[in-house]
Amino acid sequence: MTERKPVGQQKPMETAETRNRKANEKPAKLSREVQARLGQQLRNLYDDVVNQGVPDRFTDLLNQINGDGKKDEK
Amino acid sequence: MDESVRKAVLGAVPSLRAFAISLCGNVDRADDLVQETLMRALANIDSFQPGTNMSAWLFTILRNHFRSEYRKRRREVEDSDGRYAESLKTQPEQHGQIEFREFREALTQLPADQREALILVGASGFSYEEAANICGCAVGTIKSRVNRARTRLAELMSIDGVDDFGPDEQTRAVLARGGE
Repeated sequence: MTERKPVGQQKPMETAETRNRKANEKPAKLSREVQARLGQQLRNLYDDVVNQGVPDRFTDLLNQINGDGKKDEK
Repeated sequence: MDESVRKAVLGAVPSLRAFAISLCGNVDRADDLVQETLMRALANIDSFQPGTNMSAWLFTILRNHFRSEYRKRRREVEDSDGRYAESLKTQPEQHGQIEFREFREALTQLPADQREALILVGASGFSYEEAANICGCAVGTIKSRVNRARTRLAELMSIDGVDDFGPDEQTRAVLARGGE
């Protein structure tokens, strides 16, 4: 059970191209290390934004809503 | 507004912004989206169940709002990958790594559903179940999207084996020992 059907339409004859595509669509087993590295990159990217903290406009917004009940939605 | 609610909402803002940027691909639009999300959330704060995950609740509102609001502007949504790429290019190379730049470029090439799932699980720290709730789909769907996203990223970055990944010799040696 190493093969997976291609997701797209099936062609009657298997060409080098479809074989390659098949290979690409096979859920490659990434090692834990590779997954860990990918995960680290992803968090670096995400945390760049997270580390910017809360911009003033949102603190102001919440204070405003806090002060006068509900703010009208535009 | 209850002070604890206010704190929980504010505490979720940085992560909401990061998620919104990944959806919109544009910081200004992302901040507008976050603002609209907060206003909706606070107008419906009674429907939030205390003790449940405030962050997940807000993420759900943000995502639904994004989907309904931007479905009309399909062309813009479809263009969002390009915009996302553009917004990332303007970021300084804080991490100073070629690998990191390659990663960012690869991320922009993922289908939106996969990128979303990967970010919710891999960066926002939600469980598969929470991510499935946020996206309104089955847990298995999220798992499959995350797996595809990871595999695709590795392909895009030409990681055939661990040897291709990471310039650091020592790390490479450690990885080679454990990997295939």
